[in-house]
Amino acid sequence: MSAMDVSNLSKEYIKKMFSEGKRFDGRKLFDYRKIELSYDVSNKAEGSARVKIGNTDVIVGVKLAIGEPYADSPDKGNLTVSSDLLPLASPRFESGPPDFPGIELPRLVDRAVRESGMIDLKKLVVKEGEKVWTVMIDIYPINDDGNLIDAATIGALAALKKAKMPILNDNFKIDYDKKPKEELPLNEGISPISFSFYKLGNTILFDPNREEEEACETRITFGLSKWKNQHVINSCQKSGETPFTQEEIDKMMEILPKKFDEVSEKLKKFF
Amino acid sequence: MLTVLLKKWRTGLKKINMTKETFKRVDGRKLNELRPMTAKVGVVPNADGSAMFSFGNTIAIAAIYGPRKLHPQHMQNPATGILRCTYDLLSFSVADRKKPGPSRRSQEISKVTEWALLPAIDLKGFPNTVVDVQIYILQADAGTRTAGINAASLALAHAGIPMKDLICSVAVGKQDKNIVVDLTKEEEDFEEGEGATDFAIAKLANTDEFTLLQLDGKIQPELIKDVMKLASEASKEIYEVQKKALKEVVQK
Repeated sequence: MSAMDVSNLSKEYIKKMFSEGKRFDGRKLFDYRKIELSYDVSNKAEGSARVKIGNTDVIVGVKLAIGEPYADSPDKGNLTVSSDLLPLASPRFESGPPDFPGIELPRLVDRAVRESGMIDLKKLVVKEGEKVWTVMIDIYPINDDGNLIDAATIGALAALKKAKMPILNDNFKIDYDKKPKEELPLNEGISPISFSFYKLGNTILFDPNREEEEACETRITFGLSKWKNQHVINSCQKSGETPFTQEEIDKMMEILPKKFDEVSEKLKKFF
Repeated sequence: MLTVLLKKWRTGLKKINMTKETFKRVDGRKLNELRPMTAKVGVVPNADGSAMFSFGNTIAIAAIYGPRKLHPQHMQNPATGILRCTYDLLSFSVADRKKPGPSRRSQEISKVTEWALLPAIDLKGFPNTVVDVQIYILQADAGTRTAGINAASLALAHAGIPMKDLICSVAVGKQDKNIVVDLTKEEEDFEEGEGATDFAIAKLANTDEFTLLQLDGKIQPELIKDVMKLASEASKEIYEVQKKALKEVVQK
């Protein structure tokens, strides 16, 4: 039961079950598995977190470094997100240059975090136009049992919330011997979470496990946050061949704000 | 100098931007008005099919090669032909020269373009083959992926690939509280009020099936319905331009 794709036979069966609103583990279509969050994976990171959604297990770390600002944003710090789909985490992952899922994952997390305005990048300027902090978020799945993107976004959110600013010495070098005190500047109250709808046949659902995910035909991921007391969509990307209908999109818009509030509430105890 | 001018322009915008009624777009277009479109089929004689499509200053060309035998062989699918898209910017199509060669951005757009086009075509009659779609942006002023998809859709039709419909693509955005169609780069960089949202959408011309959905920004979920409606209306105009271009090449 390792490197094999889901067989057509099981795919048909999963499709039938979904259309009846059923899943193998007894969840309803829009139920998430249990979400667990812990911190301090590495004390060398400025912030780190480990997220489990069911058996999906992802580690996210934040490091900070001094860099140059981009030409079009001399008054802002930089944000980069990268990930490595380690062969450790799944028989499907292979070493070597990243394939499409390896490129897409960090880009989706990047957009959910960046567009929400969670990080106050303007406060990350050390010397305008010359030296700014670069926030580097690195994502490593430890066990992929489906819905990696949503897990990674929660991980990034958590690691950023715990991140501390390292101390600079006079020549703009980080002094790792000094204990950081200040927190990474974040905009109060903005906590982006991503939600991926998966589609198989005419059914849409949340949080598939590995087998369900492989059976699904298309995914659409939304980055959501709350801004000035209203829900806003910060990012969205459809991945996969099957189109979505207007009706399906309307349904998603109804579900998203409710689900955002529900998951935010569940995560509260960890922050 | 430039930044001072830009700031002036922005404060100016802020003033006229107070209400929906007085909202003016930078280039004077109406909220639901597309930039002038041009489409031309058969721009690359070597290709099996090709087309150019432009929204204002954004110009895309697309060429189709195939169906042709797919190499390496292990990628062949005996059940169907496959579609393989490449999207990229020419190095001088943007203000700061783009380093030639694929970037993460262009690889992502290539892939979503492939998925945007696939629902319209049927390659089951061409097992083990590939249809290569090459899309390049000559001049970029926002909306490059959507212009590229429109060009590619035309080029696929020109190449005689079995299709059940054309794909029409357009970006719908939000500037502060106003929903606008087909944003320019300047409009994409809008920062006042609720800022700018850019939502790239593609759909089958004659049904309500959406094949590309890609968004960045800040938009309330309850507004998505209006956005999709605007995209569907704009698609009808794009469809007419595409049909006209295809007829021109047939009548020659």
